[in-house]
Amino acid sequence: MAADYMDWLRREGRIVIVGASLAGLRAAETLRAEGFAGELTLIGDEPYEPYDRPPLSKSVLLGMASPHRTELPHRLDIDAKWRLGVPATGLDLTAKRVKLADGDEVQYDRLLIATGVRARPWPKEDEARLTGVCVLRTRDDAADLYQRLKAGPRRVFVIGAGFAGSEIASACREMGIPVTVAERAGAPLVGALGGVIGAVAADLQTEHGVDLRTHVTVTSLEGDSVGRVRAVHLSDESVVEADVVVVSLGSQRNTEWLTGSGLGAGPRGIACDAGCRAFDFRGIVTDDVFVAGDVARSPHALFGYQFLSLEHWGNAVAQAETAAHNMICRGADRRPHLWMPAFWSSMFGVNIKSVGVPPMGDQLMITQGSPAERRFVGVYGYQGRVIAAVSFDNTRWLEFYARQIERGAPFPVEYPTVDRRPENRQPVAADFPDPSLPTHGPTVTLSGYSPADQQLVFHPARH
Amino acid sequence: MPQASLFRQITDFANRADPYPLYEELRKTPVLHEEDGPYVISSYYDIEALLHDPRISSDATNVAAAGDDELSGPEATGLPPSFIRLDPPEHDRLRRIANSSFGPPHRPRRIENMRGELGEIVTGLIDGFGDARQIDLVDEFAYPFPVTVICRLLGVPREDEPRFRAWVDPIVAGLDPDTRTSAESERTAQEARLQLGMYLNGLVEQRAREPRDDMLSDLVNSRGPDGAMTTMEVLSTSVLLLIAGHETTVNLITNGMLTLLRHPEVLARLRNDPGLSVRIVEELLRYEPPVQIVPQRTCIADIELRGVTIPKGSRIWLMLAAGNRDPERFKDPERFDPDREDIQHLGFGSGIHSCFGAPLARLEAQIALSELARRLENPRLVEDPPPYRQNAVLRGPRHLNIAFDGLR
Ligand SMILES: Cc1cc2nc3c(=O)[nH]c(=O)nc-3n(C[C@H](O)[C@H](O)[C@H](O)COP(=O)(O)OP(=O)(O)OC[C@H]3O[C@@H](n4cnc5c(N)ncnc54)[C@H](O)[C@@H]3O)c2cc1C
Repeated sequence: MAADYMDWLRREGRIVIVGASLAGLRAAETLRAEGFAGELTLIGDEPYEPYDRPPLSKSVLLGMASPHRTELPHRLDIDAKWRLGVPATGLDLTAKRVKLADGDEVQYDRLLIATGVRARPWPKEDEARLTGVCVLRTRDDAADLYQRLKAGPRRVFVIGAGFAGSEIASACREMGIPVTVAERAGAPLVGALGGVIGAVAADLQTEHGVDLRTHVTVTSLEGDSVGRVRAVHLSDESVVEADVVVVSLGSQRNTEWLTGSGLGAGPRGIACDAGCRAFDFRGIVTDDVFVAGDVARSPHALFGYQFLSLEHWGNAVAQAETAAHNMICRGADRRPHLWMPAFWSSMFGVNIKSVGVPPMGDQLMITQGSPAERRFVGVYGYQGRVIAAVSFDNTRWLEFYARQIERGAPFPVEYPTVDRRPENRQPVAADFPDPSLPTHGPTVTLSGYSPADQQLVFHPARH
Repeated sequence: MPQASLFRQITDFANRADPYPLYEELRKTPVLHEEDGPYVISSYYDIEALLHDPRISSDATNVAAAGDDELSGPEATGLPPSFIRLDPPEHDRLRRIANSSFGPPHRPRRIENMRGELGEIVTGLIDGFGDARQIDLVDEFAYPFPVTVICRLLGVPREDEPRFRAWVDPIVAGLDPDTRTSAESERTAQEARLQLGMYLNGLVEQRAREPRDDMLSDLVNSRGPDGAMTTMEVLSTSVLLLIAGHETTVNLITNGMLTLLRHPEVLARLRNDPGLSVRIVEELLRYEPPVQIVPQRTCIADIELRGVTIPKGSRIWLMLAAGNRDPERFKDPERFDPDREDIQHLGFGSGIHSCFGAPLARLEAQIALSELARRLENPRLVEDPPPYRQNAVLRGPRHLNIAFDGLR
């Protein structure tokens, strides 16, 4: 019976993907590669073919890549119906229908939700509407910000020093544009990497001429008589004149369209099981609705079954592939999504990469290199085991630390390594801010119950 | 007669032409330790892991301390170790300075810009076969081509080749585990290295006065964020680049042509589609890697691998060529198949010491093989297997006699 259904589904079923970006495209390709021959529909609210976002805050701002030229390469012909430029507005789980803003409805046998996140806007709407106040999430955002930077602003003001904000500040400095960065926490990147690494990032910014203001919040944006932004007011009562303000306060999950659908979707994303199957609001797993990418929140065995939301490019790809695979195969052939979290960024000429879940770490130890040289590997420990690692310009060692995380290797790290300096032998507090404070930047959100101190053996899948 | 140990059989010249059955045998004991020999690692995943393991050192002094020969700290050689025999942070610093005159981000197009020039050299060499109906590919093509290229890139006069070859040969022989056991050959190698360094010093001094557009000038005049190399560092770096820049590519091209002649259907496809050379070269790097073994590693802490504890201070041999045919990693690994879905390999190593010259080696081999395929009419092997070079580490034919009907 079930087998018959699966054969039928693969042959002539209808699969709908909402969210036509990285996760959506990779899922579509995987479906075809694994033999799905039925009808495939991709629904996206942006008018563009899927494009890549990481370059938007890097090479695009420097004019080294056009914002219109970051399309994702198609790895194979997916023969899909594209419904671009039209948002999905609702979901009827019982009738298996997606409602579209143009009034259309699309029927599915299997649904994949990959609607990602959007930039958190400046909360005061009238101020957010001032000319020169921008966010950076989409291709249009990038084109707009690039034009503004190219026009040679007197000063750019970045609100929020997460990865995106810091990358934007870096681009400004590279173009010789004066830039001020305001951060509520004590240093850039603290939400993602903690205070110790944050301090290194802070030095990096100030060395490159960023006017970095920490422990402050922006209280208001001031416009001129024709509605252009002209100054930023801070909680320490200072005022900074700027003609471009980039709001970089992290993201919000695109789940509103699912309100009332009965799916377990909300501001923290859409909860799903390790096989990418969405939960309904009662916590019961659905069988025909799958989730992948930034919008998903799924439990991970390596990290105490925490429900992780990973705003990571690599996660979107891996989760999409797993979801697509599971959508069209029988129960016993399903795979769990147990991807090792990994994130990269580049700013001020430094390549930053992390593996594992740094914000779970309570301690940090520099195991190789030296923060003073901006070239090092730091390892995060959580209750006596290695839980994450970060590298500044030292990417090639991270594979090793990823394996240590998989093995639940003990922390602190006792063994000697090449490039271990005498000053770096001691673990210190990793110094993450109080988790109830808002943090931002494409990183990890920890949410959900964490059974403390799991001793587990992890066997990663090898392809 | 007792069977010689697996390890001895691999270094034994008698098995040079086809070591792959031995490698297969080796993989049955993925962490092999015989008597006082090194720990020999032969599975793909283990090698890959150890190449990224910060408890594994490449530092010449650590390696020497672990070895049984009274080798050769830096003092004994006169030239300091090149970055291939150093750990970070020194390794990183020297490699970065060297790279700033070779590749991205500072010279992103240096290699690609040589494409036309490489094509001309290849054409010249093939035209030089003239009316011959048989050539030794090694002497007439696979050796002179990369030598000419590395000479131009570094700025070493091509006509000095007979001089430096006299020093390069003993240095390369010193890398061979068979001859290496003799302290005598070790001393010869170190002496040759010093001589080669002295020779290059003449050029380096001259470039310091009058820089040109070549790597020797860049190395001696580098003033980046990492500072400058000392003169001795410039010398050991250029010795390394000069040797690594051609000794391995010779084998890549020769092994490549040998493999193609053994797979005429692939050769025929390449003749019509030079673009296929990209995949062919990648698959070659897996199937017949020019560097078969990485013997210069020591562990500086106890390492547990597959239930075996490799004690701190042990020597480790990473059998790249065995890992490249590991069925745990590759489907049908003994098959030469440029159409493989994910051609990956350990041919250039991995981790911080992954081959510095890889982009150049790739381009050289792609151009060489596609041009040979295009121009040789009906090429065929005169003897199979061909005679091999002594070396087990840098493995490749010493001669490759090819007969053909003419040039296109
Ligand atoms: C500027 C920037 C830089 C980044 N840099 C890095 C980096 O260096 N490294 C890294 O690992 N990650 C980085 N990321 C994160 C990475 O881009 C994301 O993790 C990845 O794009 C997630 O893919 P996704 O498909 O899940 O979501 P998205 O790419 O956000 O795609 C979701 C799509 O769904 C659409 N959508 C939303 N709601 C609806 C609806 N109701 N109906 C139809 N369509 C809808 C959205 O408009 C969007 O097109 C960066 C992100 C940004 C914005």
